[in-house]
Amino acid sequence: MSEDLISQIIENVLQGRRNKNDEGLDDDLTGQPGVVELVEEGLQQGVDVEKILVDGLSHGMNLVGEKYEKGEYFIPDMLAAAEAVGEAMEVLEPHLASGEGARESKAKVVMATVEKDQHDIGKNLVCIMLRGAGFSVVDMGVNVPAPRIIETMKEENAQILGLSALLDTTMPFMAQTIEELEKEGIRDKVKVMIGGAPTSEEFAREIGADAHGKDAFAAVKIAEKMTTEGGR
Amino acid sequence: MSREGVIVRNPYKRLSAEQIERVNKTSLELLQKPGVLFFNEEAVELLAKAGAKATKTTEGESDAWWVSIPPSVVQQALETVPSQIVLGARNEENILQLDAKGYRVHFGSGSETNIWLDVKPEQFVSEEDPKNHRVFSSIVRRRGTAADLCRSAHLAEQMENLDFFLRNVNIQDPDIDETNKDVNKFFASFNNTTKHIMGGLTDFRQLDNVVRMAEIIAGGREKLQQNPVISFITSVIKSPLQVVEETAEKLIAVARMKLPVVISSSPQGGSTAPIDEAGMVAQVNAEVLTGVVINQLAQPGAPVIYGAVPVRARMDDLHDMYGVPEFCFYTTSVAQMARHYGVPCYSTAGVGDSKVPGMQAAAEKMFTHATVPRAAPDLVHYSFGLLEKTNTFCPEQAVLDNHHIGMAKFLYQEPAVGEEDLQKAAEVINEVMGTPHRLYARYARKMLRRGEIFPNYPFEGELEDQDETLLKAHEKVQEMLSRPYNHLPREVCREIYDSVPGLLPRLNPYE
Repeated sequence: MSEDLISQIIENVLQGRRNKNDEGLDDDLTGQPGVVELVEEGLQQGVDVEKILVDGLSHGMNLVGEKYEKGEYFIPDMLAAAEAVGEAMEVLEPHLASGEGARESKAKVVMATVEKDQHDIGKNLVCIMLRGAGFSVVDMGVNVPAPRIIETMKEENAQILGLSALLDTTMPFMAQTIEELEKEGIRDKVKVMIGGAPTSEEFAREIGADAHGKDAFAAVKIAEKMTTEGGR
Repeated sequence: MSREGVIVRNPYKRLSAEQIERVNKTSLELLQKPGVLFFNEEAVELLAKAGAKATKTTEGESDAWWVSIPPSVVQQALETVPSQIVLGARNEENILQLDAKGYRVHFGSGSETNIWLDVKPEQFVSEEDPKNHRVFSSIVRRRGTAADLCRSAHLAEQMENLDFFLRNVNIQDPDIDETNKDVNKFFASFNNTTKHIMGGLTDFRQLDNVVRMAEIIAGGREKLQQNPVISFITSVIKSPLQVVEETAEKLIAVARMKLPVVISSSPQGGSTAPIDEAGMVAQVNAEVLTGVVINQLAQPGAPVIYGAVPVRARMDDLHDMYGVPEFCFYTTSVAQMARHYGVPCYSTAGVGDSKVPGMQAAAEKMFTHATVPRAAPDLVHYSFGLLEKTNTFCPEQAVLDNHHIGMAKFLYQEPAVGEEDLQKAAEVINEVMGTPHRLYARYARKMLRRGEIFPNYPFEGELEDQDETLLKAHEKVQEMLSRPYNHLPREVCREIYDSVPGLLPRLNPYE
């Protein structure tokens, strides 16, 4: 029974269906349970939380990634799947810390577009993809001043900070945020990744960030590397 | 089964109904006065018998006739002309269904180019920085051969946007002359593509041999009429308003064989026709109507195609110009005239002045690929690989053009803003506005799967400081050339070689 549910979860991740209102990719599947409903059903049936997470959601996302690598899937497919997994993670998260044999999500990431910058498409894509990859994401939105970012990092006890900027005029606020982290004495406790059209590897090095992500996929890979290797 | 081509449901109407009627009236008046100068007596006799007035004259040392064609004669021809024509093919799936009142557009190759252009990637070293090694394309120009025409037909077979093959290489091998050129160029075409073959005859005396070849391929004379795997182009008109002797002879003979024929007239605005749109359109329309009239008088009901190719003169050297706005104006207007008469239309796009593939070529070609087919002519020729007007063929350019036509096809679509579309869109917008990131990406997926979203450019390179388009196209050509050829069956080849004189043994794949 649980195997059947897990394969349904995988199939619906592949279809990018968050819930029963989504029609899916191939046929019109509206009305049939989506990933969120299936995860809820699994929890009710007492299916192992780890199994739902690893064999269902994560495995589904891996398959989506493989299809993307092979050219079968495109960015919208990745995002749809990541959205579905992200929403399911919200349902699953309360059970992760307390559940029997469960584990915590990969890491907590605080994401923000820096002060005086209103652009959020790239940052949103990174949030969706990170959630889809199993990270816990705190999205602070746009035009976020450095002190508020520091405050949130402390409150949330986050391990990773993602900063976004689209304007060359707002890029200095990335440097300012990193300086604030140092002043507050928490720079060595967190990893900082930056992204956005005018940023570069070189700029990341200049301002003392740990990594630069050229797109949402790179950001996920970086965050995973930061979690597993813990290093620059 | 027939080739899909592309549907242009709501054809671009450059001319109003009133303007169409005015052009028609002017063309008919021109056919009466000054009339048309004929150099072919048989055609004159057909016209005179139908009610035209012919006055004998001489032009230099040739006999000629001024023929005043009354509107009633034109009307009579237009009454018998078929508006639906089949252009057959070796492979049934490649048959073309032409319908003058329909909306299906088909793309084809052409012209009979003299120069074949080879692209050869070579490594170069920067003089300024000897560590900087780069691969660029060298261009080699040479005379085209029968083997090149075979290669070109083989590429054409594989190009998804190429619907008919108009022999596009002038075969200039040392052992080719007037007596064996036609049979070899048609055989090279037939033996390497299963698509419809269209072409002009170099020598009228070869007509019977070429038709014999087509009969063998189609499976007999009657089957050739049902599935005309071959059609002809006759440049019966020499602009302005003159009927050429030998070509008129070909036109009459092909009409009597009831095989499809294109009446091609290619006046040049600024030299052999007025440069202004009104003058050009009125004249070329009168010229093509003249050809249609001869064809229908020779054989009422014979399949005939309205082939106006009005070009503009280049003002510095009086060469033809195709990739210019005037060409688009002339061509889209005459396509409307063909539709008005209910005669299937043969049009033109994809030609430019550029001598090599590159930015100029892309701009000039896209200019017409994006506009002309929107008038929904049945056939669009000259669309693959032409450079330097119609003098040069480059296979890499043909592969690029094939893709560029695919890109242009997106432009011909009707707007999808029906009531249902809008209702669905409003639902999606409402839904997305209620989500945290307000992102529409997931809703693009179905259109993406259905091929309704314009794809990435497939010849994009990886380098950030060099255009690699031509190198990528070269790789594609090499890959396509290495694929197996779709030759005629062995027994068909044998019968053709036994029945048709003059074929080069080296073109026979079974020898």
